[in-house]
Amino acid sequence: MSEAAMMEKVDAVDIDYMELDDIIEKDFGQDKENLIMILQAIQRRYNYLPPPALNYLSTKIGIPMSQIYGVATFYSTFSLEPRGRNIISICLGTACHVRGGARVNDKLEELLNISDGQTTDDKRFTLESVRCIGCCSLGPVVKINEDMHGRIGSDEIEKVLDQYE
Amino acid sequence: MKIQSLKDLKKISQAYEKQIYAPEGIKVNIGMASCGIAAGAQAAMDKALETYRDNKNVEICQTGCIGFCEQEPLVEILAVNKPRVLYQNITEDKIIDAIEGYMAGEFNKNKKSILGQLRDPRSLLDDDIENPLDGVEPIDDIPFMEDIPFYSAQVKVAMRNCGYIDPDCIEEYFAKKGYIAFLEALKKNKPAEVIETVKASGLRGRGGGGFPAGIKWATCAKHHGDRYIICNADEGDPGAYMDRSILEGDPHSVLEGMLIAALGIGSSQGYLYVRNEYPLAVKRLVTAIKQAEAYGLLGKNIAGTDFSFKINISTGAGAFVCGESTALMASLEGKVGRPRAKYVHTVEKGFRESPTNLNNVETYANVPAILLKGADWYTGMGTEHSKGTKVFSLVGKINNTGLVEVPMGISLRDIIYDIGGGIPKKKNFKAVQTGGPSGGCIPEQFLDLSVDFDELAKVGSIMGSGGMIVMDQDTCMVDVARYFVDFLRDESCGQCNPCREGLKQMLDILTDICDGNGKKGDIEFLEEIGAMMQKFSLCGLGTSAPNPVLTSILFFRDEYEAHIRDKKCSAGVCKPLFHYEIDPDACNGCTLCAKKCPQNAVAGKKKEPHVIDQENCIKCGICYEKCKFDAIKIC
Ligand SMILES: Cc1cc2nc3c(=O)[nH]c(=O)nc-3n(C[C@H](O)[C@H](O)[C@H](O)COP(=O)(O)O)c2cc1C
Ligand code: SF4
Ligand code: FES
Repeated sequence: MSEAAMMEKVDAVDIDYMELDDIIEKDFGQDKENLIMILQAIQRRYNYLPPPALNYLSTKIGIPMSQIYGVATFYSTFSLEPRGRNIISICLGTACHVRGGARVNDKLEELLNISDGQTTDDKRFTLESVRCIGCCSLGPVVKINEDMHGRIGSDEIEKVLDQYE
Repeated sequence: MKIQSLKDLKKISQAYEKQIYAPEGIKVNIGMASCGIAAGAQAAMDKALETYRDNKNVEICQTGCIGFCEQEPLVEILAVNKPRVLYQNITEDKIIDAIEGYMAGEFNKNKKSILGQLRDPRSLLDDDIENPLDGVEPIDDIPFMEDIPFYSAQVKVAMRNCGYIDPDCIEEYFAKKGYIAFLEALKKNKPAEVIETVKASGLRGRGGGGFPAGIKWATCAKHHGDRYIICNADEGDPGAYMDRSILEGDPHSVLEGMLIAALGIGSSQGYLYVRNEYPLAVKRLVTAIKQAEAYGLLGKNIAGTDFSFKINISTGAGAFVCGESTALMASLEGKVGRPRAKYVHTVEKGFRESPTNLNNVETYANVPAILLKGADWYTGMGTEHSKGTKVFSLVGKINNTGLVEVPMGISLRDIIYDIGGGIPKKKNFKAVQTGGPSGGCIPEQFLDLSVDFDELAKVGSIMGSGGMIVMDQDTCMVDVARYFVDFLRDESCGQCNPCREGLKQMLDILTDICDGNGKKGDIEFLEEIGAMMQKFSLCGLGTSAPNPVLTSILFFRDEYEAHIRDKKCSAGVCKPLFHYEIDPDACNGCTLCAKKCPQNAVAGKKKEPHVIDQENCIKCGICYEKCKFDAIKIC
């Protein structure tokens, strides 16, 4: 999405500006250096970075929108679009790769009919690839929300998905 | 209470020595690092807590990871004047049996769950106290942990406390001689001496570059301004997780290392830059910092002196390149993490344009031990130019996955076969990849290479952060090269041409080769691009990015050629370049593959050889993995 398109996109989510103020001021001292952590806090709150919140942040801490957009697109954890109710992080790190992580990924893409970074139409799942979660001993690893599923085979993943609504 | 002196510290640590070595009742230590939790340690802990809620005699505690991740969840049980026993694979359904068995002195019944018993639970720092297991009758027929191949060659310095103490309890760290090195140095107040000791120890940075830490500290101390101490906990190399384990298992060792650096260099502000994927590490660090502040070991006027030091935590946001020092500092300033050229070094102008000392987690964790035991002790381990020990994460196609800390200079063969227990399923070793995405693939003929910074460099690889990914015959080296190039192309910050375009070109060529569209001259072109990137890229990511490609061409050229010329992938990875067939002589018609095939592409009668319908086969490899008789062949 281009920056202009992003700004124009009407957003469904309601932003609680009082709360946003609290995040920016109280938690992070309205400090420009804390931009990344402020964005992380906003994403934790809304599950993504709603453009109106970024606009507000830009005026509030005096960082141009272009720069905020730059940071938000440079770092892979940030999403400018709403994500699903469940976040699937499939590990494509080296240790998982040599143990067949790509096969699990193929199966996930096939089952959900989405690819890396996308969200299912029913907003049930977002699929995100990560490179190593530090649990290589259990590879291939799939993390869904906060739950780790280790030593998972491509024939077992469907059952795991069933646990998530 | 604020700690003012070594005496204060010793008073507290004595009380907690009892807690870790001679508990009142039965103590159950559950390995609760991310890896343990993922393997089921949390559920096991909940179960134990629930069962023994009203039993004051059983104390359920958490520790970090002792490194043998393959066998997690790991649970250690101890009691005063009784052996200390380590149980393996203790999931929620097994933990009560283990505890009850221990209490009843019954070890035969669940022998399979016992990894070993300890001979000596002391770390190399607290071996001045008496071994609490002296005089304790060992259990018959149960091996000592210190003798099992996974542990016998290990020497734990950086990981000395991981798995032995509760990471959320600073007092247990005190009991393991924690903060003594720092307090002694603080009271002595001779910063130059601190730096001299680190210099003399020969400690080299554990984050990848291997730059001597003492020299870095000394140079930083020479520059004037508000100096900063940064700990690089971005641990981006996929397959390496020692930093996570140290942060989750023994966070205070890192804080103490940073404090000592701050004291030596003269700094009052530190930052820990932790990778976003490590929430538990962040949580334990936050707790650790608060506890250290409460004891007055961090903050203003530490231990009543005029030395002050504060540590803040910052989390990354998923960018591999931010592990590079200048990119990390830009990221800490809230900016896009692009590296800059290092005409001016960060020790002179780094974070906020001020002198900055940046070291890796493992580097800092070594420092308190070096100060306490002395530089001579440290130089007694390792090789001429690589002193001390190094933690490696042994992962991939290896029997004993886990974290191993060994003296530098040990051979790859010892690590992979003795400690690692070799390759699973009797497959053949093909290569070991060291140094992360920018390291190299080392083939069988160099297995006797002794592992240190210089030897690895001689075969075109690097030590990197210590990831060791073992690959077997089922790994395609061209695919691996493509994998790393794909990773790095994703992670390149894109500001300089050689890296951005070079990686893209390399990826296109490698993808063509893997898809069966390789042409004559591709290999030479890859070599040419690689050489150009090594020369002209701006930062370490670009200059080292060609390593996996160049080393795999060097050592596995025939595999590249088979892909290009014969259109064959003998490892059975590149789908357009192979197919599966069933060997009628080996197949006994067990029907397992036919049942498991998602495409119903395997046909055949029970007890008769089966056949794969090539039209329907999607080469998912499930039959190949499941077959117990090696009947599925890659053709
Ligand atoms: C692309 C790139 C990624 C890096 N990632 C890390 C990392 O994740 N962790 C780390 O400690 N060092 C990393 N480094 C090395 C750091 O730049 C730096 O050399 C190191 O942290 C210094 O600490 P040390 O001397 O204690 O090793 C990376 C370097 C490059 C070029
Ligand atoms: S070498 Fe790559 S990562 Fe480094 S500055 Fe250049 S483009 Fe960025
Ligand atoms: S490579 Fe997948 S968790 Fe490390």
